[in-house]
Amino acid sequence: MIPERLVNWIVFAGLLAVPLWAIVVDEPFTITLVTRAVILAIAAVGLNIALGIGGLVSLGHAVFFGIGGYAMGILAYHAQTYTSLDLLGMSLAGTKSMPIIWLVAVVMSALAAWIIGLLSLRTSGVYFIMITLAFGQMFYYFAISWSTYGGEDGLSIYVRNGFPGLNTLVPIQFFGLCFVLLCIVLFLNARLQNAPFGLALNAARQVPTRVETVGLNPMRLKLVAFVISGAVTGLAGALFADLNRFVSPTMFSWQLSGELIVLIIIGGVGRLYGPVVGACLFLALEHWLGALTEFWHVYLGLILLAIVLFARGGIIGLLTGKEGAHV
Amino acid sequence: MSEPILATRNLRKNFGALAATDDVSIDLRAGEIHAIIGPNGAGKSTLIAQICGGLRPDSGSVHLLGRDVTQDSTQGRAQAGLGRTFQISALAMEDSVLENVVLGALGASGNPWRFWSRALSDTSLTSKAEAALERIGLIEHRHTRCAELSHGQRRQLEVAVALTLTPKAFVMDEPMAGLGAEGSKLLTAFLDKLRAEAPILLVEHDMDAVFALADRISVLVYGQVIASGTVEEIKSSRAVREAYLGEEA
Repeated sequence: MIPERLVNWIVFAGLLAVPLWAIVVDEPFTITLVTRAVILAIAAVGLNIALGIGGLVSLGHAVFFGIGGYAMGILAYHAQTYTSLDLLGMSLAGTKSMPIIWLVAVVMSALAAWIIGLLSLRTSGVYFIMITLAFGQMFYYFAISWSTYGGEDGLSIYVRNGFPGLNTLVPIQFFGLCFVLLCIVLFLNARLQNAPFGLALNAARQVPTRVETVGLNPMRLKLVAFVISGAVTGLAGALFADLNRFVSPTMFSWQLSGELIVLIIIGGVGRLYGPVVGACLFLALEHWLGALTEFWHVYLGLILLAIVLFARGGIIGLLTGKEGAHV
Repeated sequence: MSEPILATRNLRKNFGALAATDDVSIDLRAGEIHAIIGPNGAGKSTLIAQICGGLRPDSGSVHLLGRDVTQDSTQGRAQAGLGRTFQISALAMEDSVLENVVLGALGASGNPWRFWSRALSDTSLTSKAEAALERIGLIEHRHTRCAELSHGQRRQLEVAVALTLTPKAFVMDEPMAGLGAEGSKLLTAFLDKLRAEAPILLVEHDMDAVFALADRISVLVYGQVIASGTVEEIKSSRAVREAYLGEEA
């Protein structure tokens, strides 16, 4: 069996090596594919903080992904049409600057997560799943009817947003940007998991009564985890919209929320690199199997079934020989 | 008479027509072990839950250090100085022994909002945690996963977590449950000394331990305290014999 640290390094190196190889053989599409995997991985890392450590099975994380996406879409739309964004009596200018867009995406999705979490965390188990799903659907239908920003058709952004010192239109440069963000998010996740907050949150998932009897509030711990989680997924949403130069209500769809959960289960719930492995495998399957058959989801389903039945620790659990979701 | 550390006043809790707690007023004074005994279904767990905050009484009040904490949450009472152990171990099974005790130390510190520093490298937490493990005799198991501990060791760990809170009063729900004779003896000796630090409200089925430890015993039957007194008084009480110690007594 392979130590988890080694598995992590292999995944890390692989993610970096494939796009570099793609430059050599001049296959820009592969770079875009890996960039997609990296962005989905960021979104799933976000969800993994709530789901893996906090035990919050959110079937509404597409809300934050979508908010991130629309934060990018709306700001860039106003910038490219030279119109002002009127909000609460203020007239704001749009922007094509990624750092500002990211900031807005993170703040808005954190705010949404706080409100949704405040309401959803009164419930648990299947009710929590349902209420987060309901929020997801609310945002989805709202986006569909929001004609100012394209309604069902979404918004196209003609030129990718900029980052100081980079030409983001070059695939490898945009990949680099996303990759660095993934690294930062993973690093922060690792710190958080081992920090006092992570320890308390981890216990709040397993035995909330114990956490209460040592004088801590498990609900508040979970709420903060949910907010952090939503913020990270929101950042991924902004990147995803920039990758496609397009935002649409599908970013809010419950299928996407479900996919994020599937990614984590495949990779390994609560494992630092679980979402990364899951995202890579998911896109590899979509790409290779999708080329062979349009019914590739059947095979994905079989893999998911096998993992749920025989390898609860996901792929990382399988490779490292550790069965449980957490060790 | 000194002010009690922990007290209940006329606690009542009904579940439908059943009076699970019926006008219970008990005191826990500094330096003592006050045992609550009673047959199964007497309402001991319901009483404990009301004292610790898991259940709200229908009427009556709970006082900790002279303050009315009836409306306080479980975590509020823990912060106010109530250290509780559970009848069925409530521990983070996936975590190590040390992590479980560090959680207690973290609760005592009152600040879990630290996202950067390593919990297990924070000596203000680990020194307290390790001291508790040392006292209870689990220090050599600190890196063992809780799930791999024996039943008896989990009981010990329960007590260790409560120790990290340096509470003003302990509430222990059957700490001896499932312990072997040897384990019982060790824990009895430990609690005997512990009462000097903080008084213990002890719910226990192990009569040897109760008779060895208790300064006072209250007998709970059908939600009512039918007798309260020293070990000798309880042993010789006719009402207690009939209601609880049974026919053989």
